[in-house]
Amino acid sequence: MTAVLDVRTPSAGSPPARPGRAGRRPLGRPARSHLTAYLFLAPGFALFLLLIIYPVIKAFQMSFYDWNVVAGATSQFTGWANYVKAYHDPVFWRGLANSAFYMAVTVPPQIALGLFVATLLNNKAPGRALFRVLFYLPVVTSWVVVSLLFQYLFADSGLVNWMLHDVTHLTSHRTSWLSGRWTGMVAVSALGVWKGIGWSMMIFLAALQGVPKELLESAEVDGAGRWQRFRAVTLPSIWPAAAFVTVMLVIGGFNVFISVLLMTNGGPADSTQVLLTYMYKQAFTYLNFGYGSAIAVLLTLGVFVLSAIQLRAFRGDAEELA
Amino acid sequence: MTATPIPAGGKRSAPAGRRDSVPAGRRLPAPALRYLVLTVGALIMVLPFAYMVSTSFKSQTYVLSLPPQFVPHPATTANYTQAWTGDNFSRYFVNSLVVAAVSTTLSLLLSSMMAYSFARFRFPGREVLFKLLLLGLMIPAMMLIIPQFVLAKYLHLIDSMAGLVLFYVGSSLSLNTFLLRGFFAAIPVELEQAMQVDGAGAIVRYWRLILPLAKPALATATIFTFLGSWDEFAWALTIINTPTKRTLPIAIALFQGQNSTLWGLVFAASIIAVVPVIVVFLLFQRYFVQGLTAGAVKG
Repeated sequence: MTAVLDVRTPSAGSPPARPGRAGRRPLGRPARSHLTAYLFLAPGFALFLLLIIYPVIKAFQMSFYDWNVVAGATSQFTGWANYVKAYHDPVFWRGLANSAFYMAVTVPPQIALGLFVATLLNNKAPGRALFRVLFYLPVVTSWVVVSLLFQYLFADSGLVNWMLHDVTHLTSHRTSWLSGRWTGMVAVSALGVWKGIGWSMMIFLAALQGVPKELLESAEVDGAGRWQRFRAVTLPSIWPAAAFVTVMLVIGGFNVFISVLLMTNGGPADSTQVLLTYMYKQAFTYLNFGYGSAIAVLLTLGVFVLSAIQLRAFRGDAEELA
Repeated sequence: MTATPIPAGGKRSAPAGRRDSVPAGRRLPAPALRYLVLTVGALIMVLPFAYMVSTSFKSQTYVLSLPPQFVPHPATTANYTQAWTGDNFSRYFVNSLVVAAVSTTLSLLLSSMMAYSFARFRFPGREVLFKLLLLGLMIPAMMLIIPQFVLAKYLHLIDSMAGLVLFYVGSSLSLNTFLLRGFFAAIPVELEQAMQVDGAGAIVRYWRLILPLAKPALATATIFTFLGSWDEFAWALTIINTPTKRTLPIAIALFQGQNSTLWGLVFAASIIAVVPVIVVFLLFQRYFVQGLTAGAVKG
């Protein structure tokens, strides 16, 4: 799985897990240099094992227990009970549907608009730097702040309703955005797209630097139109970046959490619950740590499978495009 | 879809007529249209922020008035004074600053050491350990919050700023090590060998040669780690209970929770928290771009 990808190099599709070839001529005598290497590695790696790898294993383990958080109390091994519970839990399925909705609604516009803006900015036109900054501003602003901001904009007498009802009369009444399931998800998704365009724009801008200029020119000489040139030259060359952006955005889509927590808190009556807010509520409101872990494990596995499928699809398409 | 085969660098002379058939002036003059579209897009990006700034200068009576006030009248700075002086807010600001600074320093030290090891030494298990580390890039932070909470409880780190720092360091190690390793590996080995001939040990080479040469990569890692810790919300919300130990994101989110939201206050506080981020972004833009394009940024 390629979650890490150097979009600047043409070979960006190959797995990156190849620690440089700098070791071809090891510094120092082997035995001693091994010891030195391990000593440099040890403090950081020990921390990584403790704080990341151990919790990964722990999450799997906990999902098979009726986990008791109270110190000293024993936890009951319950086998697949937490997973069976999820299967019969309508809120779990609603959370999955809401997360999937958010993903499906936010990912395509982020890719399309990000790429569109990137192509508009991909020349040495004046003002280019300014536009890049403006589009990137939402990306660097914290989720907490922009979530509150959008809650305010989508309030009953907020700016969005004023625009849609009072100014343009597109809606016959002021919509109570955050107190309905689909309107709430639309508001959350609007935030997701608005905040994310700058990120994909930045990745695509970097990728566009690698499009061979001679090819574009000779295509133009051959009479290829703007769209044909994009299709035949630009697209194949930015394909690895597109794969990277898509995979990352899909993962990010299923990880929507803070915006939902702050804008609707999963309500009313769990109708806008997404998987992670539901997991969080189960764990830290109801103290169902085992059930919460089962939801986290299901989400992780689901996202992994989805990423693998996408990467395979992108690889197939890349061969066809080439 | 089969791509039109175009010989690389082919200087085939196209029939004169075909070149002219590319309609250059058929649509709206391209640059004008381009700027129009870009301006509309940029306005959509910026207007919510502008409205936020405007609201932060309004008194509560006017925050949701219809029609909305775009220029606050009467304008007041009361929200800023109230945000900064009331409710320990300056304390939260300092908490965030300390937590982010300590986390960043520790993370950069540990990950640059790991990166040096991966970039410059060949040892048994190197590939496996590096792949394990990359696994950390693929696991979203929220997936681990339950077991991490159990671990923090076991280590008596609940409700402590040390608990924030430790886990912020832990979750930033993968990305930083990956980023720095790539940069270190590109530094010519000959420089190190020259130092080695002069009798410099590994620690000296790492500290005196590699780190100074890797300043751009270190800057990128610093910015991403610092902002990541500065903005982090879910973990702090989960483990911090004592009000005086809160960080800024928690404090801001809690402004919203109390009965009817005081929007002017919320946004004054938000702006106080966001302005440093935007300043850092504007000053160090190119490092942002490097960090983004060199690897994955979860967020």
